[in-house]
Formats: sequence, C-alpha cells, structure tokens
Amino acid sequence: MSYLNRIITLSLLACVSMTTFAAGNAEVNLYSARKENLIKPLLDRFTEQTGIQVNLVTGKADALLHRLKREGRNTPADLLLTTDAGRLHRARQAGVTQAVTSEVLESLIPSQYRDPAGHWFGLSLRARPILYVKQRVDPARLSSYEALTEAQWKGRICIRSSGNIYNQSLVASMIAANGAEATEMWARDFVPQFARDPKGGDRDQILAAAAGQCDLAIANTYYLAGMLESKDQRQREAAQQMGVFWPNQQGRGSHVNISGAALIKSAKHPEAAIKLLEFLVSAESQAWYAETNGEYPVRSDVSPGALLAGWGDFKKDGVNLGQLGNFNPQAVRIMDRAGWK
Amino acid sequence: MMTAARVFAKQGLNLWGTAAGFVALLLGLPVLVVAGYLFEPSGEVWQHLLDTTLKDYVINSLLLMIGVACGVLLLGVSTAWLTSMCEFPGRGVFEWALLLPMAIPAYIIAYTYTGLFDYAGPFQSWLRELLGPGYGDYWFPEIRSLGGAVLMLTLVLYPYVYLLARAAFLNQSLCVLDVSRTLGNGAWRSFFQVALPMARPAIVAGLSLALMETLADYGTVQYFGVSTFTTGIFRTWYGLDNAAAAAQLSAVLLLFVFTLVVLEKASRRQARYHHTTQRHQGLDRFRLTRGQAWGAWLFCGATLMLGFLLPFGQLLHWALTTADEQLDGRFLTLIMNSLMLAGSASLLALLLALFFGYSRRLQGGWMVAAAVRVASMGYAIPGTVIAIGVMIPFAALDNQLDAWMRAQFGWSSGLLLSGTLAALLFAYLVRFLAVSLQTVEAGLSKIRPSMDEVARSLGSGPREILGRVHIPMLKGSLLTALLLVFVDVLKELPATLILRPFNFNTLSVRAYELASDERLADAAYASLSIVAVGILPVILLSRSITRSRHAKST
Repeated sequence: MSYLNRIITLSLLACVSMTTFAAGNAEVNLYSARKENLIKPLLDRFTEQTGIQVNLVTGKADALLHRLKREGRNTPADLLLTTDAGRLHRARQAGVTQAVTSEVLESLIPSQYRDPAGHWFGLSLRARPILYVKQRVDPARLSSYEALTEAQWKGRICIRSSGNIYNQSLVASMIAANGAEATEMWARDFVPQFARDPKGGDRDQILAAAAGQCDLAIANTYYLAGMLESKDQRQREAAQQMGVFWPNQQGRGSHVNISGAALIKSAKHPEAAIKLLEFLVSAESQAWYAETNGEYPVRSDVSPGALLAGWGDFKKDGVNLGQLGNFNPQAVRIMDRAGWK
Repeated sequence: MMTAARVFAKQGLNLWGTAAGFVALLLGLPVLVVAGYLFEPSGEVWQHLLDTTLKDYVINSLLLMIGVACGVLLLGVSTAWLTSMCEFPGRGVFEWALLLPMAIPAYIIAYTYTGLFDYAGPFQSWLRELLGPGYGDYWFPEIRSLGGAVLMLTLVLYPYVYLLARAAFLNQSLCVLDVSRTLGNGAWRSFFQVALPMARPAIVAGLSLALMETLADYGTVQYFGVSTFTTGIFRTWYGLDNAAAAAQLSAVLLLFVFTLVVLEKASRRQARYHHTTQRHQGLDRFRLTRGQAWGAWLFCGATLMLGFLLPFGQLLHWALTTADEQLDGRFLTLIMNSLMLAGSASLLALLLALFFGYSRRLQGGWMVAAAVRVASMGYAIPGTVIAIGVMIPFAALDNQLDAWMRAQFGWSSGLLLSGTLAALLFAYLVRFLAVSLQTVEAGLSKIRPSMDEVARSLGSGPREILGRVHIPMLKGSLLTALLLVFVDVLKELPATLILRPFNFNTLSVRAYELASDERLADAAYASLSIVAVGILPVILLSRSITRSRHAKST
C-alpha cells in the first residue's frame, strides 16, 4: 500500500496548503486588463500616499468582464480597468458598472474621453497614427486613413491582424465617421494594399517596415516609444528610421483610444475606489503614463514629455469613445468580409 | 478482463463504478456547460461565419493537425526507438535531453523563432548583407505561416510521443524481440513488425495528447496569423461580442475531438496489447555501424538543437543582453506559486486517473466509460473556454448559497469558491485529466487481466490488488503522468490568468504579460524560469524510467 498511501497523503497536504487571502482594512480590489508592470508602480505610489491597499488581478478584458458578470453582486471587484473604451462601454451595457459623480474627474477629463453618465473615465490616450520610413516616403503624400487605398500605396502597408482590438477600434471609428457602407468599400480596397498577410504585433510591423518589407506601418505610438528606448539595438535602429504622420488633420482628427476604468455596481469600497481614480488623473500619474508607457495624458494641461512632444501636436478624433464599442461587432464583420485576416 | 469485472460485480463492488461516474460527471461539468450552448440562439452570426471565415478555420485546423501528427510521429517514435534500442555515442544524454522541449511553452518557442528567422531578424539580415538582395529578391521560408505553426507545435509536442513510446519500447518483453530476431528479422523488420504494433497504445496515447494540445493552442497560431478554430472562437466572442456563437464553435471543436477518439477506438477494435511476461532479459541494444551511429547522432542532435538549444539560447541571449527586467525576490514568489500549483494539480490528477482507470478495469460499463471520456475532453478545449466553463457553475453555486443565507439568516456568505485557488485547481484537473488518464490507462492496458485474477484468487481485495500489484508495476507510467501534468500546469496560462485570486502571479502569467506587451526580451527571464523549473522533473523522470527498466531486467 505504500505508494498509494504516499500519493494520497501528498495530495491531502497539497489541498491543506491552499490558503485564502486575508482581507485588510482600507483596500480597493482591481480587475485590470492593463498588465501588472504598467500599473503596479502607480498603485504602489497610491498606497504610499493614502495607506489604502490595492489588490490586483490582471487578465484579458473580455474574460474579466465575464468573471464580473458571473460573480454578480458578490464580486469582490471595486474597479474594472481596461485598455480600450469599447470594453468599458460593454461593461456598462452588461449592467455591472455604476455612475460616479466626481468634480475632480469631470473637470480634468475632456468629455469625449468619459461616459456621459459617469460610468467610466479615460485615464490615458493611445494614438494610432501612420508610421513611415523616412528614407523612402515623402510624408506630404500622406493625408488620411481613407487615402491609404490610393494606388501609390499598393503593396506597401504593414498592419497587424484584424483580430486585434486596435484595428477593430480604428475601423469602428471610421464607421462612426463615414458610415458602414463607405467603410466596407474602403476595407475592400485597403486589404489589397498590404505588403504581406497580417501577422505579429505592432512592433513587428515597425521592424518589417524598417527592414524593407513595407514602407508604411500602422501602429500605436507607445510601441514606437518602447522601441526607441529598448536595449535591443535592432529595435532602436528600426524605430529611428520611422517618422510619425498624424492622419485626418484636415478632418475629424487622428484615431485615439483610451485606457480607462469603471466603478463596479456592487463595489464594497466605493470611496477608496474613487480616490484611486482621482489619483490616476493627478498631474503626477499623468506624467508617469507619458514617461513610462509612452501614452498621451488624458489631461490637456499635462505635458506628454520630450519624446512624445517631438512627434508634434495633433488633432484627435472627437468621437465619444463609447460609440466605438457599439460599432465594434460591425467592424469585425466588415473586416471578415474584406478578407482582412 | 470480463472475468475479473464479473467477479467484482458479484461482490457488490458497483460502488466503484457509481463513484467513478459521479466524479467524472463533476469534472465533465465545464465541458457540458460549453456543450450546452449548442442550444442557445446565437442570431445570424453563423451565416456570417459560413460566408466568410469558417472555411478557413476548418481547413487550417485540419491541416495543422495532420502536419503536427506527421511531425510528432516522425520525431517522437524514431528518437524513442534510437535511444532505447540502439547503441550510439551520446545516447545516454539524448535519452533525457530529448524531453527538454516539453518545458518550453509553444508560444514562447514561436517568439524565439520569429526573433531569429523573420525577415527583420538577425539571420535573414545577415543573409541580405552577405548576398545583397532586398525584399522579394530571394526565397526564404516564412516562419510565421501555417507551416511554421506546424513546425513550432511539432517541436514542443513530440516529447509526448517520445516519452510514451520510449517507455513502451523499454517495457516490451524482450523475449518477443528476441524471438523476432531468432526468426531472422533484422532491426528494421523487428521494429515495424513487432515493436511498433506492440507499442501502439502508447504511441496513440502520445499522439492524441499532442493533437488535443494542438487543437487547444491559441498563442502560437494567433501570433503567426493563422486562422484556426481557436482564434475563431476568440474572434467571435471578443470581436463579434457573441459568447453563444463562440461557445458553439467550441462545441464543434468538441465534436472534432470526440470523432477522433471514437475513430481511434474503432480502429483498435478488439485488439489488446498485454504482455505475456513481466520478466525481461538484459537489454541487448542493436549495434549500429559507424555510419548508422553518425546518422542516429545527427538525427537526435538536430531534433534537440531545433526543439531546445536554439530557442533556449535565444532566450538566454535576450535575458543577458537586452532585458530591463531584473531577477529579484518577487521571482522567488512566482517560482513558489508555480511549483505549488503544478505540484498539487499533478498529484490530484494522478489520483483521479488511477481511480478512473482502475474503476474502468473493474467495471467495464459504458456509462462510466462515457463519463470518463467526457471528463477528459477538456484537454482539447482552449484554456479560456474551460475557465468560463468552470466559472459558470462555481459562481452559480456561490451565489445561490449566498442568496439562501441572506434569506434565511440575513447574512451574506459571499463567494466561497469563485476566485480561489480551489477553483483554479479544479480547472487544471478538467483541462489536464486526459494527460494523466491516457498515460495511466496505457500502462494499465499492458497489465494482463490474469494478474488481477491470480491476485484475486489468492484472496486479495481490489484495494490490495491496486496497491500491491498494479501500482508497483505501473510505477513508470505513474511518474510519467505526474510529470506531464506538472509541466503542463507550469506552462498553463489562460485559465490561470482568469481564475486566479488577487495578488497571485505565476511564472507563466509573468512571461505572458511581458510577451503580449511585445517586450519579448523582458519576458525571457520568466520563460527561462519555466524551462528551468520544468527541467528538473524531466530529468528525474527520465532517470527513473531507465532505472525501473534496469530493476526489472535483473
């Protein structure tokens, strides 16, 4: 019997060793789609200043939202943090959020970056411009996302898969601006312009452009910033070859999305949670986003730092970002039909 | 077999069967929850999928499976045969080293290969500098493609086949091979006509593990831009915001797997592969000629190079030269958490596998068999879908209990199971039970039922037979099962990510967070730690398999 007994004893021991976590006094529980190392330093700073402990679970936004829905009114979560507005909008529609009235938040965050009823608030901006290889492309020939279907760009564009939320939001913003029909026509003309089948992430598009596989790459600026500051020489050199072009400056402005947060309906620590939200839009936190993450502050009165400022000031698409969540499924269908992998 | 079952049934041992059926149903619950979505209306999304992407999902998933099947059989069986039956320089090292790729998560190997061989990578850049062409002037295989995905998955999954096939070759009664050789068969004919058919249950078990893992893979195919069922599920769920249609796609995936399982059983028909004796002669390996030995060395060496040394070297390079990440105390916590989860899950999975395998041996009933099949289908389902399948019944139970407590006593019990490590462990069991079960059953199937009968006739009860006859004979299989689940849990990501409690991270979560932020170099330390933690048990296992072989041959 010795083997069997040993196995059983070990298993029991393993079960007993699982302990649950004790809850402290002043605390906020956070479900975050933002990766730990891009938020933890700020949370630690918050704890230092206020003595409020922040508990964190990170994960993919949709899965976290699902967990929230299933846990219902017993969920331990106080805040949901996501890296795009569409998911916050979805959370609101699913009925798991509640409205917040905070003078601080309302006065500091421009209205298109927060929910009209106060269900969610943008905390940082993520811009998606057109990046071009400085040696081979005259930026004067670029104008808008729409104009990327011109014959001159045929086979010269690198962009990642349509499975990615950044592209889904971009197309959703075009539906909001131009309507579904025009966007569908655009998508059909856009896909044949690709230099290669979509693959990899945003950094991969920049690497491919620098290596000569294509001349334009569509990518979020913080990836470019990350590459410029990388220890990897190859990444640095690739990024240095790229220029940033802000499209649609004559029209609605360049596409931006937000990272943002919503207060959960059944939050057990609403005051502490709102305190955390307010801390995240403080000048100090906003500057940290720009400095560390290469994202733009959501507040117009905070400087984005030297690197980002070097890419110039730009007009941002003024659509209320909640709308992008509404158009997202439609955007995916359009891309499916256009054969955008 | 039937005799033993009948004897026990008469003794009123239906208890085993009933208990097994119950536990299997419990574990099958998440799979059933997913399958239940088949009946939920999902709107006209299906029409859209049929019109656009569904064809790609089906074709790519099939091609991927066929490719990986060929790849893992070729690499797994041939290296297993070479290292167990042939003598050549370096064999002793290859014996354990060939298992190492198992410790590398598939998406990590995909990142390293892309880093090395992509158009913008160092290898092609060097080629261009050397030869001077630009983009489109020369042909180079595109690593991020369907073919590339087949290669990546083959390289990390062939160890399943290798491990099980090798154990089978080693345990084959050499008398049979001796007879084959006495009858004038050479090494090749002995291999194809005797050893291979006899090792078939083990090879098929390894192959089906590899294929199920292939179907569940998300990280690799997503990064390579290959549209498969898994990417389709997430696209439908997240992008089209249609959870019902996504779950239905998962249910279709289940049908895929179910067909596979049934086909395999049918093809095996009534054939059984029991050993006639447990007495083994000292192993007399085939002596290879000089040329053959070189060939064997090169083949095993190339496999090891591609599957482990190359990606490991790239990770090491990233970690040492370009990572911002520092090794610090937090890493120790990550390692401890990973070890604790992997250790407990693998032990529990082993216990369950023994329980199920043994119950089926006692009770040939189809009900138990079916319940066990359902419970072990979780392996082919993407971890996120399993996690959702676990979350739904757990949260429902918690909330029901809470509502009842509130109504009865005005006191809220909150969430008792959801968001705890218990829920996470349960998800691991659902996802990885197949691994331990396949391994244990492959081992059990080789023990002749007459052994049970003899023990029984000498007055042993079923518990005693299990403890004193089966488990000692199964030691190798049990260790294999333990290790496979251990390494799988170590690498597991999606379920861990979504089900874990607050402030609880593991190595794979850490590696994923950095890698998905496109900071591959920074992810290197965590990836290396997964590999390092996985290597130790791999080596221990390999040694104990060899040892158990030696012990028997005396």
